[in-house]
Amino acid sequence: MIELEGLVKAFQGRTAVNGLTLSVARGESFALLGPNGAGKTTTIRILTMLLRPTAGRVFIAGHEVGQADNAIKQLIGVVPQHMNLDTDLTAKENLWLHARLHHMDKQAAGARIAELLAFVELSDRADEMVGTFSGGMKRRLMIARALLHKPQVLFLDEPTVGLDPQVRRRLWDLIRRMNAEGLTLLLTTHYIEEAEQLCNRVAIVDKGKLLALESPRALCQRLGEFVVEWMDEGKTENRYFATREAAAAYAGSVQYNTAIRRTNLEDVFVEMTGRKVRE
Amino acid sequence: MVRFFEDVRTVMWREWLVLNRRLGRFIFSRMVTPILYMLAFGVGLGRAVQMNGGSYLDFVVPGIIALNSMNISFNSVGSPLNMAKLYHKTLEEYLIAPITTPAFLCGKILAGAVRGMISSLIIVALAFLFGANLALSPIFFALLILNCLVFAALGAVAALLMKSHEDMANFSTYVLVPMSFLCGTFFRADHLPQGVRLIVELLPLTPASHAIRAAAMQTAISEWWLIAQGAYLLLFFGMAHRLMEQIRRE
Ligand SMILES: Nc1ncnc2c1ncn2[C@@H]1O[C@H](COP(=O)(O)OP(=O)(O)OP(=O)(O)O)[C@@H](O)[C@H]1O
Ligand SMILES: [Mg+2]
Repeated sequence: MIELEGLVKAFQGRTAVNGLTLSVARGESFALLGPNGAGKTTTIRILTMLLRPTAGRVFIAGHEVGQADNAIKQLIGVVPQHMNLDTDLTAKENLWLHARLHHMDKQAAGARIAELLAFVELSDRADEMVGTFSGGMKRRLMIARALLHKPQVLFLDEPTVGLDPQVRRRLWDLIRRMNAEGLTLLLTTHYIEEAEQLCNRVAIVDKGKLLALESPRALCQRLGEFVVEWMDEGKTENRYFATREAAAAYAGSVQYNTAIRRTNLEDVFVEMTGRKVRE
Repeated sequence: MVRFFEDVRTVMWREWLVLNRRLGRFIFSRMVTPILYMLAFGVGLGRAVQMNGGSYLDFVVPGIIALNSMNISFNSVGSPLNMAKLYHKTLEEYLIAPITTPAFLCGKILAGAVRGMISSLIIVALAFLFGANLALSPIFFALLILNCLVFAALGAVAALLMKSHEDMANFSTYVLVPMSFLCGTFFRADHLPQGVRLIVELLPLTPASHAIRAAAMQTAISEWWLIAQGAYLLLFFGMAHRLMEQIRRE
């Protein structure tokens, strides 16, 4: 559904994306995981035709970006990292503008708008100005807007950044439901839990380069599914093992206080990028 | 082609929603400056000045209409579009949608011209209250619309070109304000020193104030004024188109 071939984007000497090659299958839920400045947003902006690549090619549903942009535009939905709703309009007017810009049939659009407002639980705020909305409400409205013209691929750039845990979990449910209905998802995040929860495959990127690409489970397995952790002179040390028995045996042999737990994506991330990802 | 008009209508529809919500406030705020101009230059100064036997108020009102339609049309497109590009990022909604650059620009420019026309009609009404004499012919309104389009298009150029809101304000200070005062609005351009006059005659507001005044006073309208305004409209539209395509190719 989405193919990237040697994607490069350079800004005045700084290379934000450096030879990214990957492909996302139809119906997949795919995460780009990486620290600040890794090039996630830049990649999404190229895929959504807001930036042109310096080199490399991109295909979406078989259409090449830069060749068949209008065909692609009807197939994709975009939820950007920053709020870009029209604050001079109400929630409903924002959706109508989007529907008209995408040449939707008037009757179909009316029904779809009502349906999506209900889906993102904003029906009761439909006629209020967007400027009065909270961050979570704005983000939900942006998701509704992105889904309006029934795209086949949805790009979500940090969909839950800055939201409280309750809202985040509700958004996760929403995103899972969309994926279950057959929508292909490409999301970026630096919340590791989010990638673990939502995605069947994760690409870890740093400095514009692909470091690993597998399912969250396979990434953990590659490192060793169990980790022994201990403190040594104020520093956290750890070692990875394929089985709990092996981990326990090792833990018994160290003279420090140890803890054994399951490996998670964060461990993978730290091992790969050599630094912690945090908000 | 049908698509094109549909897209233009969509862009204008959004502008109309926003204007309609503030129509009352828009109309009142648009009355302030023209009333001050007419009081200061028409009535206050006008008592002491005679223009070729006619009243100064009759001379200055077409100038005020020209400069006001310039300012309102420019600012109706300029600042919101600049903000949409730089701060609100709402321009992205149009860039992501399957809508062409000409349709987008036509919609924005026409909507800006509508605001310019509304404020011009307000001044025409005020001018009659102040006792000015001007002939309202179809050609008068056609010239007014043309001027609104020219400066709405210039507003689009400035909005897409300027990299900050401050630059936008500077553009107004260095380009619009001098034109407001020099381009045959408050006094005849031929009263200016030769060198300055040559430059002023080339500025886009000058043919508009000449032509609008000629129509209001029922004197001859030179076709050169129309050609100049038409050329400026095409030039500004072309520049805006180029800038928008550059943004798409970033
Ligand atoms: N318009 C631009 N001009 C110059 N440099 C840019 C531009 N946009 C992005 N960059 C640079 O490209 C690099 C990647 O930025 P990008 O926004 O893609 O990172 P990101 O992975 O989305 O980070 P974050 O997690 O903070 O959102 C950064 O070094 C950034 O400074
Ligand atoms: Mg980002």
